[in-house]
Amino acid sequence: MTDTAKSNALHFGLLAALAIGFFILPTYHSGNLARIMILAIYAMGYNVLFGYTGLLSLGHALFFSAGMYGLGLTMHLGGWSPAPAFLAALIASSIVATVIGFLVLRTTGVAYMIVTLMFAQAGYLTILYFGTYTRGDEGFALKQATRQLIGLDLTDPIVRYYTALILFATALLLLAYIIRSPFGRTLIAIRENEERARMLGYNVTAIKLKAVILSGIISGASGAAYALLFGYAGATFATVQYSILPLLWVLVGGAGTTTGAFIGVLFMTYLIDYASGQTNAYLIVVGVVLVAVTLFLPHGIMGTLRNKYAGWLP
Amino acid sequence: MDFGPHLLLAVLEGGVTAAVLALTAMGLSIVFGVMRVVNVAHGEFYMLGAVLAWFIATTIGSHPALGFIAALMIAPLIVGTLAAGVDRLILRRINYDPERTIVATIGTLYILQQTTLMTFGPDARPVEPPFNSRIALPWFEWGENGFAMYYPWGLSTTSYKLFVIAAAAVILITLWLAITRTRAGLIMRATQQDSDMAQAFGIPVKTVYSVVFGLGAGLAAIGAVLVVPIQQAHYLMGHDPLLLSFIVVIIGGLGSLPGTIIAAILIGMADGIISVFFTPTLAKIFATLVVAMVLVYRPTGLMGKSTA
Amino acid sequence: MILSTRGLTKTYAGVAANTDVDFDLPQGQTRAIIGPNGAGKSTFVGMVCGRIPATRGTVTFEGADITTMAAHERIRAGMAYTFQITSVFPGLPVRENVALAARRWLGSNKRAVTSKTDEVLTRLAITDRADQLAGDLSYGHQRILEIGMGLAQDPRLFILDEPTQGLAEAEVEDFNQLIKSMDAETTILLIEHNMNVVMAVAEYITVLDQGMVLANGTPAEIRSNAAVQEAYLGTGHA
Repeated sequence: MTDTAKSNALHFGLLAALAIGFFILPTYHSGNLARIMILAIYAMGYNVLFGYTGLLSLGHALFFSAGMYGLGLTMHLGGWSPAPAFLAALIASSIVATVIGFLVLRTTGVAYMIVTLMFAQAGYLTILYFGTYTRGDEGFALKQATRQLIGLDLTDPIVRYYTALILFATALLLLAYIIRSPFGRTLIAIRENEERARMLGYNVTAIKLKAVILSGIISGASGAAYALLFGYAGATFATVQYSILPLLWVLVGGAGTTTGAFIGVLFMTYLIDYASGQTNAYLIVVGVVLVAVTLFLPHGIMGTLRNKYAGWLP
Repeated sequence: MDFGPHLLLAVLEGGVTAAVLALTAMGLSIVFGVMRVVNVAHGEFYMLGAVLAWFIATTIGSHPALGFIAALMIAPLIVGTLAAGVDRLILRRINYDPERTIVATIGTLYILQQTTLMTFGPDARPVEPPFNSRIALPWFEWGENGFAMYYPWGLSTTSYKLFVIAAAAVILITLWLAITRTRAGLIMRATQQDSDMAQAFGIPVKTVYSVVFGLGAGLAAIGAVLVVPIQQAHYLMGHDPLLLSFIVVIIGGLGSLPGTIIAAILIGMADGIISVFFTPTLAKIFATLVVAMVLVYRPTGLMGKSTA
Repeated sequence: MILSTRGLTKTYAGVAANTDVDFDLPQGQTRAIIGPNGAGKSTFVGMVCGRIPATRGTVTFEGADITTMAAHERIRAGMAYTFQITSVFPGLPVRENVALAARRWLGSNKRAVTSKTDEVLTRLAITDRADQLAGDLSYGHQRILEIGMGLAQDPRLFILDEPTQGLAEAEVEDFNQLIKSMDAETTILLIEHNMNVVMAVAEYITVLDQGMVLANGTPAEIRSNAAVQEAYLGTGHA
C-alpha cells in the first residue's frame, strides 16, 4: 500500500467505526461521542494553525464563539432556520478571522500568543457587554422546535449523532485533502522554516493569513454545530479556557496529525469526565496533562506513534 | 459628591491598585527580563500568597497585626520556594523553550488553582488588617465666602490603604537598590545580558534562574498579602492580576524595570479612575484592545527600546 | 544588464554597511563578489534580493525597478537565493525540499513538479537520499540540497552567499563543476571567500571594501590590482 492509501484506510476506517458506534455503544457514550466529534472539528481547526503552520494561538475561543453566536443569535433573535444560520456563522467567523489574522500576523512568537489571548479576551468581554442579547455567562437555549433541518429533528439522539458524524467526516477529509495539496505543503514549509519559504518566493504573510481564516472558519463551524446540536450558546465558550482546550487536545493527540485532534478530545473528555466524578477540582487533570505532555510526550499520542512505528501517519 | 472630590477618591483607590500591580507586574517583568520566558502561572502565585496569608493569620490568631506581619514574612517565602521548585522540576527540563514554557505554565496554573480549590475551598475568606482607622479627606473650594475647606461626605480612605502604597514603594526601592548595587544584582544582570557568557564566567546560571523565578513569584505573593485585608482570598483571584500584569509589562516594554513601574502606576490609576466613571466591562474591553494594538504595532512596548 | 544598482546604501543605526554601490551585471555572467569580512557583501546581496530594506538607492532587475518589491516578489520575478548559513526544511524529506522550490512556479502541475524534482536530484547525485529527512543529512549534503532548491526554481539570476563555506575539498570541486555546467543563460552572483573557487568559476569579479566598490575586473586584472592586494589579498586572507 502507498502512504496515501494507508492514510485513506485510516480515515475511512475511523469514520466507519464511528458510524457503527451508535448502535454498539450505550446511550451515554454515544451522546458523549457526538459531542466529542463536534469538539474534534474545533481541534482540527486549531491544528491547521498550530500543528501545520506552526502558529500557537491562545485565542481560538474567539472563532469558536463567533460561529456559536453567529448561528445562535440569528436563530434565537432573528428567527432564522438552521441552514442560513449556519451559513451566517461561517461568514461571521471568517470575518472575525480575517480581521484578527490581519492584525496578529504582524507579531510572532510570544507576542503572537499574548495578542491572540488579548483579542479573545476582548471578544469575551464584548459578549458580556451585550448581555441583553447574549444573556452573558448564563447564555440562552435554542428552542427544540427551531432545531429542525430538512424535516429531521436535530434533538433526536440518532439524528444528532449522524449529523455530528457527517460534519466531522467533512472536516477530517477536508483536512486530509488540504495537507496533501500544494497549499498544505506550503503551510508545513512555513512551520519548518519560514524564512526559507519566503526566499523560495512564497508570500508567507498571505499564506499565513489564509491559514488563520481557514482555521477560524473550521473552528467557527464547530461552534455553530455545537449550538445547533446541543441547543445552547453561552459566554463560557468564549473564555480563555476554551482557547486553551484545543491547544491541550491537539498537544495530547499529536500536533500536525489528522487524527490527533479526535484522539486528544476523546482522551481528555473521558479523563475530565472521570475526574469530575472524583472531585469538584476536576480541572486539575487539565493542568497535570498539560505539564506531563510538555515534559514527556512533546509529539502527542499520534505524533509519537508516527515517529516510532508508522512514518506514513498523516 | 462633586467631580473634584470624586477624582481624588479615584486617585487614591487607583494608588492602591497601582501599588499592588507594580509589585505583581515587577515579578513578571523580572522573570521575562532575565529568563526570556512568560510565566502564565504568575497570577496563581499571587493567589497562593493571599491564601497562605489567610492560613498564617488564622493559625496565629491573637492580634491581627501579629498575624499579618507573620503572613508578610512567611507567605512570599513559601510561594518563592514553590516557584523555584516549579522552575527546577519543569522549566529547566524543557530548556526554557519559550512556547513550551507557556504551555507548561498554563498547566501549572490549573494545578495550583485546582489544588487550592481542593484544600482551601471555593469560599472567599477575609484577613483582618493590622490597623484600619478611617481617615476623612478634606476638600478645598472657592465659594461665596472665599476659600473654604470642608470634609465631603464619603470622601475618605483608611490608614491601611495608605500603608499599602507606602509599603509597595519601600519594597520596590529596596529591589531596585538590590539589583543595581549588590553582587547578587550584578549576577542577575550579567545573566540577563548574555546567559552563555555568564555561564562561561562561572555564574551558576541554572541557580540564578531558579532564584529569579522564585523572586518573581515572591513579589506577586507580597502584593497579594498586602491586598488581602482589602480584597479577601479566593482560589480564582489570580486571573485579573495576571491579565493586568501582562498589560503593564507590555506597555512598559518587555523586561524594562522602570517602564514596568511607570506603566503600573498609569494602568493602576487608569483602572481606578475608569472604573469610577465608566462601566467596568466597557473599560476592560477598551483597555484590552488598546494593549493588543500596542503589541501589534509597537512590539517592544511604549517605553521599551527598539531592537532594530 | 540583468541587474543594476545605483547608489545602493544601507546604514544600521548610523553605521554604514554599504555606501553608494553602483553595480552592473550582464546577462549570463558568473560574477564573484569578494572582500574582507565586514566589507558589506552579504548586506549588498541582501538588498538585491529584498531580505534587507535599502536605506536609499535603486535596484533594477531585467529593466524593471524592483526597489520597493518584497523579497518573495523578487524571487518570483526570477531570482533564487541560497543562505550563508544553510537553510533547508529540516523536518521534511529531501525530495519535498526540492519539490517546494519547484512547486512555487510550476503550480499544481504535479507531473512537471515531479520531473523537475527528479531532474535536480539526479543532477546533484542525491537521488539515493531523496527520502531522508533534510535535517538528517550531513552538512555538505545540506549545502548541496540548498543549491538544488535554487536550481529547481530555474532562476535567471542565482545568488549564492558563500556556498562552499565548510565544504570538504572534494565537495568544493563538485561545486565548481556544477556552476560551470549551468546553463549559459543563468546569471550567477556569488559571494565567496575561497579564492580557488573564485578563480575557477568567476568570469568577472567585484571587490567590496568597507561597504564600497573597490575594484571591478577579470580574475587576472583583480589578481594584479595593487589596491585589492592591499585591502584584501594583503591581509593574508587568500
